[in-house]
Amino acid sequence: MRNIDTAIITSKVKELALDANFHIDKSFLKKLKEAAETEQSPIGKNVLEQIIENDEIASKSNDPMCQDTGMVVVFVELGYDVHLSGDLYDAINEGVRQAYTEGYLRKSVTKHPITRGNSNDNTPAVIHVTLVPGNQIKITLAPKGGGSENMSLVKMLVPSDGVPGIKKLVLDSIFHAGGKPCPPLVVGIGIGGNLEKSALIAKEAIMRDINDVNPDPILAILERELLDEINQLGVGPMGFGGTTTALAVKIAAFPCHIASLPVAINIQCHASRHKETII
Amino acid sequence: MKKITTPVTQEIIETLRAGDIVYFSGIIYTGRDAAHKKMVESISKQEPLPFDLNNQVIYYVGPTPSKPDRPIGSCGPTSSYRMDAYSSILMKHGLKTMIGKGDRSSEFIHSMIKEKGVYLQAVGGAGALLSRRVLSSELVAYPELGPEAIYKLNVVDFPAIVTYDIYGGNLIEDEVKKYKTIEL
Repeated sequence: MRNIDTAIITSKVKELALDANFHIDKSFLKKLKEAAETEQSPIGKNVLEQIIENDEIASKSNDPMCQDTGMVVVFVELGYDVHLSGDLYDAINEGVRQAYTEGYLRKSVTKHPITRGNSNDNTPAVIHVTLVPGNQIKITLAPKGGGSENMSLVKMLVPSDGVPGIKKLVLDSIFHAGGKPCPPLVVGIGIGGNLEKSALIAKEAIMRDINDVNPDPILAILERELLDEINQLGVGPMGFGGTTTALAVKIAAFPCHIASLPVAINIQCHASRHKETII
Repeated sequence: MKKITTPVTQEIIETLRAGDIVYFSGIIYTGRDAAHKKMVESISKQEPLPFDLNNQVIYYVGPTPSKPDRPIGSCGPTSSYRMDAYSSILMKHGLKTMIGKGDRSSEFIHSMIKEKGVYLQAVGGAGALLSRRVLSSELVAYPELGPEAIYKLNVVDFPAIVTYDIYGGNLIEDEVKKYKTIEL
């Protein structure tokens, strides 16, 4: 059994939240630059160049790359052999509170979805904990913007819909979302499980490295085909028209009921922010 | 490329066409979901608005807090469609120019043309870049709304692109059509 002081978790969460909001991943920035080279639309190309310049300014001056610094999503993989000195959820929310109040980040969380009102410290975070073997804690943190999350959805398809039904749902959603979710996008898709499982694995999918290849060959093919088809929709950078609507499609799958084919689409905007650490 | 000093008069709006790149200088006002709701409530109760809407520009934005040595934090546009429910009422009270991101409802476009207004987009997610075009910001109303309060911004060469004009021009429809090569 390894004892871990929850104060360490608070300080790591704070670090990750600041880092994620200021510093775009190098591999993601490279992907944006490649897209700016190949984009066919002159307006689209100009938009991509502005996004790249923005991300470089933000990174250099420790400014948030986007004013929507998001609601914070935290995935925790907690080793069985860890003993915590205090409450895990409190420790994470304290880290979020410190990052957002001390780091000049926007507070974008309401106290209540109906009566609204701002919680004024960007808490609570949405926290997902899974238990894993070992004596470490892995924390993945993603400030998730409202614009792209608003264009996300879960649809309970039926088995006869199959791959054509999945593709139709994805293409229709991305086309009708237009510029609202801030393309170029990373499109996370969760197929299978049930209502909540499909949404959760879609969110996990957008945490993957932009350049990785799906180890499941069936999903790897579907990712490639969907990326190609999404980029034929014409939506383009920020919806101004063009050939770069998505930079990547990431699909996760889970077994499901014989009657069901749940599909969740979780859209990630071009301010793709997720950072991880291991304690 | 057109340089415009605010306020934006009817004569200026008549010169704008979808696709024009515009650089605004002068005063623009911030406002997003909660501020729009409050302004429309004030109108229905016949209470005064926090500022005179005539010929003014509203920029849909909720900036990050400014660092001590800077006039504003990151300040890119938010999605405009969420303001569609309120915009026609504000346009009836003099609002002419709106800057945000993304497409809007056909109802909005219809009432914008009727009221002779104009809709432009700034680049979404370019919050750090756009903050360099803001010289000063001053709180005007609704401080309790935090990032959704109304601020008066003094901007210089703030870039936006005309998306819907008074002649029915629609940049999004025209451009997407050019690059769409798949049937839905």
